[in-house]
Formats: sequence, C-alpha cells, structure tokens
Amino acid sequence: MATVTTAAEIGGSARRALRYGSISRGRRRALYWSYFFLVLFVVFFLTPPLYMLVTSLKSSAEIGAVTNPWWVYHPTLDNYAALLGDRQFLTFFKNSAVVSVCVVSVTMVIAVLAAFSLARMGFWGSATLATGVFLTYLIPDTLLFIPLFKIFAWVHDVTGIEFINHWWILIFLYPTLTVPFCTWIMIGYFASIPKELDEAALIDGASYFQVLTRIFIPVALPGIIAATIFAFTVSWANFLYPLAFTTSADQLVLPAGIVTTLIKGDVFNWGQIMTGALLGAAPPLIIYAFLMDYYISGLTAGATKG
Amino acid sequence: MADAVVSDVKTPAVGRRVGRRSVSRHRSIVGFLFALPLIAVIAGLVVYPAGYAIHLATLNKSMQHFVGFDNFRFLFKRNTFWMVVEQSCLFAVTAVIFKAVVGFVVAHFVHNIPQKGQRKWRGMLLVPWVIPPAMSTLAWLWLFDPSYSAFNWVFAHLGIPQVAWLGNAYWARFCVILVNVWVGSPFFMIMYLAALKSVPEQLHEAAAIDGANWLQKIWYINLPMMRNIIQITALFSLIVTFANFDIVKILTNGGPVDQTHVFGTWAFTLAIWGNDIPLGASVSLFMAPILAVAAFFILRNVRKRGNEA
Repeated sequence: MATVTTAAEIGGSARRALRYGSISRGRRRALYWSYFFLVLFVVFFLTPPLYMLVTSLKSSAEIGAVTNPWWVYHPTLDNYAALLGDRQFLTFFKNSAVVSVCVVSVTMVIAVLAAFSLARMGFWGSATLATGVFLTYLIPDTLLFIPLFKIFAWVHDVTGIEFINHWWILIFLYPTLTVPFCTWIMIGYFASIPKELDEAALIDGASYFQVLTRIFIPVALPGIIAATIFAFTVSWANFLYPLAFTTSADQLVLPAGIVTTLIKGDVFNWGQIMTGALLGAAPPLIIYAFLMDYYISGLTAGATKG
Repeated sequence: MADAVVSDVKTPAVGRRVGRRSVSRHRSIVGFLFALPLIAVIAGLVVYPAGYAIHLATLNKSMQHFVGFDNFRFLFKRNTFWMVVEQSCLFAVTAVIFKAVVGFVVAHFVHNIPQKGQRKWRGMLLVPWVIPPAMSTLAWLWLFDPSYSAFNWVFAHLGIPQVAWLGNAYWARFCVILVNVWVGSPFFMIMYLAALKSVPEQLHEAAAIDGANWLQKIWYINLPMMRNIIQITALFSLIVTFANFDIVKILTNGGPVDQTHVFGTWAFTLAIWGNDIPLGASVSLFMAPILAVAAFFILRNVRKRGNEA
C-alpha cells in the first residue's frame, strides 16, 4: 500500500516536472511565433512609407523603366531639390504651418479654460455640456462641411468679407475637429487632480485663474502636451476642409496642395508626389518620434477617461 | 443693546450662509465665463451647422424655395444612392471588424514579448496612424498603379496573375478596405494593448494552474476583461470609418462607375462639383442615424466605466 502511494507520488512529480518543462518550452515557442508575426505585421505596416522613400529617391527615367520597383539603382535627391526649390510647394508648407500653429493655440486656450470650468467649477448645465462636448466630437467633418460652406457664403453676402478660398478660413474650421476632443481629454486629466490642492489654494486667497495657471496647468502638463500633439496632428492632416474651401494654388495647405497640384490630369510625376507626401508626413512623424509616450497617452485617454 | 448683542451673535451664521451662497454664485459665473469660448465654438461651428444641414436638405437646387422631402424622394429613386448606402455599410462594417481583429492579434503579440522590447515594436506599429491619411493613401495609390504596380511586379515573379487593383469594382472595394484597415488597426492595437496591461497577471496564473491553454486564456479571461474597451474602440472607429473621406477620395474617387463611393465622398461630389448643395446635404445627413446609435452606446459604456471607477 505504502509503496503504491510512493510510486503514484513519484509518477505525479515526474509528470509535473515534465509539464513544467513543456510550459517553458511552450513559452519560448510562443515567443518565437510572436516575433515572427510581429515582423510580418511590421512589414505590412511599414511597406507604404518605405515605398514612398524608395520612390522619392528615383529619377523619372528610373520610375518608368522596367526594373525592380522596390529598389533604387541610381539614388538621386533631385525630387527633394525640385520641391524644396519650388515656391508653390513652400507656400503650401508655410500655409500649413501657420494654420496649424494658430489652430493649436486657439484650441488649447479654449479647451484648457473650458475643461477647468467643467471639471472643477461647475455651473447650471455644466454636466450636460460635458456630455455635449463628447457628442460634438463624434460629429464628423463630412457632415459639417456643406452647411459650413453655405454659412461662410452667407457671411460674405452680409459683411462683404470673403472667407472662401483664403487659407485662413481653416483657422475657423479646424477647431470644430480639435476643440471637442481636446476639451474631453483635458476634463479627464483635470478631474484626476486631487481636490485638496485647489481647495488649499483657494483658502489661501488664490483666484480661480491663479489656481488654473499655478496648479492645474503645471500638474496636468503631460495631458496638455498630449492634447497639443493631437490638435497639431489633426490640423496638419485634414484633407476635406481645404479641398472644399480653398481652390487657388497659393491658398492651399500641404495635403490638399500635393494632391491637387502634383497630380496634373493623367500625368503622374510619381517621384515628386512621393517626395511631397513624405515631406508632408514628416512633421507629425518627427513629433511622434520624440514624444511617442505623450502621443499614446493622449490616444488612450480619449476613450478611457470618462 | 441687547438686541444688538443678539443680532451680533446671529449675524456670523447668516453672514456665513450668504457668503457661501455668493461664493458659489461667483464660482458658477466664473465657470460659465471660462466655458464661454467653448460654448461659442460648439454652438456656432458644430450645432448650428448640423441643424442648418437639415434645413438645407429641404430646399431646391437653387436654394430659393422649400421642397420638403423631395430631395430624399429623388435620392430613393436613384440606383446610385442605394449603391452608396450598401457600399458605406459594407465598407464601415468590414473595415472595423478587420481593424479590431488585426489590432487584437497584434496587441497580443506585442504583449507576449519581453517588456524591454515592447516600446520599439509599438513605435514601429503605430506609424500608419501617425502619417496623415491623405499622404499615406498616395503611397497606396502608387502601389496599386495600373501600369507600374509594385504588387503586380512581385506577383509576376511569383507566377500569380496580374490584378487590376483599382480598375475592377470588387478589387477596388477590397483596396479601399485594405487601406482603411492599414490606417486604423494601429489605433486598435494601442487601445487593446493598454487594456491587456490592466488584466491582472494572477488570473492568467490561476488559469494556467487549472490547465487552461492560450486560447482558453484569451477567450475566458482577456476578452471579458477587455470587453468595455473593445466595444468603445469599435464604436468610435465605426463612426470615423462611416464618415471616411480621404481614403476613398484619393484612392478611387468613387470609381469605377461610382462603385466605391461612401456617403462622405458622394456628398462632396454632389455638393461641391455638382453644385447641388441641398442634395449633398441630404446625402450627408444619412450618416446621422448611425452616428446617433453609436453615440448612444458609447455614452452608455463611458458612464458605466465612470460608475465602476
């Protein structure tokens, strides 16, 4: 009887030892498979940007030749020189930069003030307004551009100020996309600051504005950086509003400018188009490369902070 | 004198109450002033235009008189309209499902590898989301080019027949969805990765002791724990995908023969190129019901989360 139990015990422990071995082996195999599939997905995700880079380094002759499209045999920077020496392209770049900087500043001032008010001060209907902010974030530009077009035409009829076909109209349009989301994530960041901090400051005689600038903005700085990055990315990347509201070549911003001026009828100068696209993608990519953690925290805060 | 004393004793209490009320009133007035720019932007540039779109949809082409539902009646009779409805739904639903699946799978792979290397992989995998969609779609357009398609070059070397990527209606639909999945799945990956990190490791250990395999762990632990994030992300993405413009506009511009138009691009074509603003507004309004339904569910989820926390 005793021997049987020991045999069973021995068998059990041996089996267990075997199981342990298989778990660690299984883990290692899972790790290899994970790397294998990650490489596959990275290839899928990075193919278009890399192909942009490859094409941008080619001459028109090489693009038209029947060679391996995935490789550059005679790399040249002619496309970059041509675009960066082109006054029109630099105008797009300047318009984009000015519009983005203005939109980001306006958005952040509006969003930070409003988020502070909605997260801390409260007034009649402030809770409804907070929900409303979230709902307006869900209204897409494809729904708004037609009535906005008509409204700006009407403003022109009444005041004589022509908004349509001027690059600065975008400074009025982009906040429809940036303000609701930035306010929403700033509410989340501000709500996570302990109430004791601002109560102590108020008791010491600070005004609300001082509480905001001396306590909330410094403490929620990561959130402010994340919201700023978001506002910049959106206003740099938007394509519908400039396409609908601006048409003259000197009034276009980068994405719309590249698509409408570099594609001329059926003649596609792919080398220049890819170079333009890469240069247009560069500012968001550079910001992302340096501030990736803020970028990601802003992304996840939008849906998780409630 | 006695009265004075009594009133002196009473006043602090009264004074404090009045003071508190005036403080709270002061507070709400300042609060309202702080929120005023936001209210102005939302009311003037979002709510008013959205309502105005409804009004525009009831006007005739020259926008001079009221025609009621004539625009909608006209749309219902057109085949193109029903094609756009079908394509929009097919496009949005398929793209969101694939984005969610790819995002879920990639998030698990990233979560599986050692913590040290995760940042690097995550950084590379998020690149499609960072590039402005209009710019990256140009790269896809060039990859799908009819005469110099880099994919067809690979296919030719592998002995696979050539594909008319954007020339054939079915392939064009496939391409539009593929590009959308490419742009959107990194977002799902990031959201799901954040959710995965919040699943307690003890649950996996307990399941491992009970002999659960990896599929059971995902199905019985990860999926239920991540349910809320999965729903919210999918609904968000459904709205954005349904209202997509950039990708379809650049890749196919609705072609071949309007087969890939979605609401956004068709409304643009009608209103800006066709100069029929009321008809364009009517088309874009069809996005509203799905937005409302998705918004309702998102709000419910967000509230639920708020209560749990």
